[in-house]
Amino acid sequence: MRTRRFHMLVSAIGLSIGLGLLAGAATEAVAQDNKKVLRFIPHAGLRITDPILTTAFMSRNHGYMIYDTLFAVDDKMQVKPQMVDKYEISGDKLTYTFTLRPGLKFHDGAPVTSADVVASLTRWSKNDTMGQKLFTYTKELKAVNDTTFQLVLKEPYGLVLDSLGKPSSNVPFIMPKRMADTPASQNVPEEIGSGPYRFIKAEFQPGVKVVYEKNPDYKPRSEPASFTSGGKVVKVDRVEWTTIADPQTAMNALIKGEVDIWEQPAFDLLPELKKQKDIEIRNLQPLGMNYMLRMNWLQPPLDNVKVRQAILHAVQQEDYLAAQVGDPEYYKVCGAIFGCSTPLATTAGAVGTKKADVAKAKKMLAESGYKGEKIVIMAPTDLNSINQLPLVSAPLLRAIGMNIEVQSMDWQTLVGRRAKMDPIDQGGWHIFHTAWGTADMMNPIANAGTKGLGKQGGFFGWTEDAEMEKLRDSYAREPDPAKQKAIAEAVQKRLYEMVHYIPLGEYFQPSAVRKNIKGMLPSPAYVLWNIEKQ
Amino acid sequence: MLRLILSRLVAAIPVMGVVAIFVFLLLRLSPGDPAAILAGDTATPEAIAAIRADLGLDRPIPEQFITWIGQLAQGDLGKSVLSKQPVATMIGQRVEPTMSLALTTLIFAIAVAVPMGILAAWKQGSWFDRGIMALSVAGFSIPVFVLGYIMVFFFSMKLDLFPAQGFAPLRDGLPAFLERIALPTVTLSFIYIALFARITRTAMLEVLNEDYIRTAHAKGLKEHVVLVRHALRNAAIPIVSVIGIGFALLIGGVVITETVFNIPGIGRLVVDAVLGRDYPIIQGVILVFSGVYVLINLAIDVAYVLLDPRIRY
Repeated sequence: MRTRRFHMLVSAIGLSIGLGLLAGAATEAVAQDNKKVLRFIPHAGLRITDPILTTAFMSRNHGYMIYDTLFAVDDKMQVKPQMVDKYEISGDKLTYTFTLRPGLKFHDGAPVTSADVVASLTRWSKNDTMGQKLFTYTKELKAVNDTTFQLVLKEPYGLVLDSLGKPSSNVPFIMPKRMADTPASQNVPEEIGSGPYRFIKAEFQPGVKVVYEKNPDYKPRSEPASFTSGGKVVKVDRVEWTTIADPQTAMNALIKGEVDIWEQPAFDLLPELKKQKDIEIRNLQPLGMNYMLRMNWLQPPLDNVKVRQAILHAVQQEDYLAAQVGDPEYYKVCGAIFGCSTPLATTAGAVGTKKADVAKAKKMLAESGYKGEKIVIMAPTDLNSINQLPLVSAPLLRAIGMNIEVQSMDWQTLVGRRAKMDPIDQGGWHIFHTAWGTADMMNPIANAGTKGLGKQGGFFGWTEDAEMEKLRDSYAREPDPAKQKAIAEAVQKRLYEMVHYIPLGEYFQPSAVRKNIKGMLPSPAYVLWNIEKQ
Repeated sequence: MLRLILSRLVAAIPVMGVVAIFVFLLLRLSPGDPAAILAGDTATPEAIAAIRADLGLDRPIPEQFITWIGQLAQGDLGKSVLSKQPVATMIGQRVEPTMSLALTTLIFAIAVAVPMGILAAWKQGSWFDRGIMALSVAGFSIPVFVLGYIMVFFFSMKLDLFPAQGFAPLRDGLPAFLERIALPTVTLSFIYIALFARITRTAMLEVLNEDYIRTAHAKGLKEHVVLVRHALRNAAIPIVSVIGIGFALLIGGVVITETVFNIPGIGRLVVDAVLGRDYPIIQGVILVFSGVYVLINLAIDVAYVLLDPRIRY
């Protein structure tokens, strides 16, 4: 009797387990609509939908989905008209007259007008480095009629079109005037653009999921797509951005075909991904990214240029690149501060790219009067893309006799703390490391690391250098590209001489893409038009 | 009973007040600057200062607190600093995945663990009992992320039975929901099965030695009636307590499972908010879930009364 009851109980347990597993094993596919859906894992979750408020690449890439630009760049970094149909420059180079392409429409059906353009550019100029510079030379920006607008300068300025066509943050996207009238320190309240995709607000989950649908009213240009310019032809009906925080999970999803593109696979997973027959590794950002070591000029002993130069001679790029990236296929030792493959690329003045000079660094440190003061390096442990860099700097600087303290923290703590100008014992800092896209630093105006404005508008570290500012100004005024290049060389030499920052090499973050995805465009920003899912 | 519920709800008000003050101060005194995060890496200090002023973060802390409490009094949890979405909406979007995972885990764990614990107690010292206890130790010992990756490797990547990641809400249909929730549920259940099975076994062992169980047997009652109606009912109080605590822990502890299986739940919302110093979200989630914990404890107390008429409050 007992045995029978026991069997009944075991059966009951088995049934309960079985029911659970059977229910779980119900593997009917999720109902698919008949639209062509492109599924994409971005490098982070989108939270800020305003690409003017923030310089974050996520917001910039989102901006390219739903907004359009007046100008854009091709694969030779030449500025090309995008929303602009034609433009004229007056003989004295003071008046630029632009005419918009006919038929441009926002996603709410309203036509794009000159008033929208004027409001958008004005707002952009509050936050963007190149925009700020352009507007210091601007006498007036005005709408002539609904499709024509004029930029009138106080004096000739060599970077008008470069500014309007800049491909990376902050990109001068065009929004409806009612949105662009929002103060530049506030998020715009809507997501209405005139770009190739429409933002589907009802499906937006900040940090989790963003959905875009093809904009049926968008009229691509007739030229072939190239970088951010040319015809933005949309060949899928819907794009879903799904954030997957765990790299292993992201890789599994890509291998199983649950997603089509993984924007930034972890470098250590690339060998496994390369083994997969349905997946390709593609470098879609040919301009690459750049690591840098930034010092705080307000903080003794780094206020002493000789100490900074000693640090410059103590480091070598290969160490950083090998530790952070690993595979030489994806990095390049390069001392050019405006990118290693851009029109302004040069090796002028570059120090410490290939080999550190430890003996010289020690000698310079001894001559500097350094007395063993503690140097605080802020180390972000949670940011996988740069978390090895401080750990490389520490032993290199200890090797020349510096007293180094590495303070571990999360990236957001670092971002908050680097804004402090206070002494070390009150939460100040000496050194942090970061990485910038080449597209954000391709000339002396765009590259915020070259600023010599100190506490009044300088980037964190507050490099104050009047000579550098003179050079930057002369670059901005110079319309002749050959002369611009000569000035850019002088800027680079000055940067190394005063050690505004130390370039730590260029790297390329490839994407992992399923092989049935065709037509992806290399670009300084991540763009998702022109893509076919076969 | 109604008096019990009302008195507990009234007592929860000062608890929530203390939680609100504590969370607010903790966040304001911790390092990090939402304005700097919002502005981006290459933003100028001036742009950051403008954003900070716009968010009201440059105002004195007491003033910020009063503003927040004023909003709360009107039922407004505020808006996310980063996305500008209402916090209540964001919590609403994330509650379903977390609660679904917590509930399916709880149901699955109880369905498996309680019968296992009863049988282990009934067959104390047998191979079955030892097997259950060994499984229990394994359940406590294997980290949930290790188990998660193993499950994905076999059941998703090798056998292709389940998707590797993601969550489907119930409105997408029961099959889609179950297909996505099955692996995370089984993964997360493991430790709770171990816990519930051990507690059930221990509580049952105590009761099975009581005189009234012997009497029940002497009366000729069937074995399952003795086990379920007499023994389990009297052993239920500690089991219900642990299940209640387990449920509360589940809600707060699903973040690793959510990450491994890419489930957009409350756990990830909070982790992302902490990393982004999105104060309103952190404050809102902690407040809401303090309330949920109060309700869970209340539900446990109510269950005590229903299970054991001797208990009075």
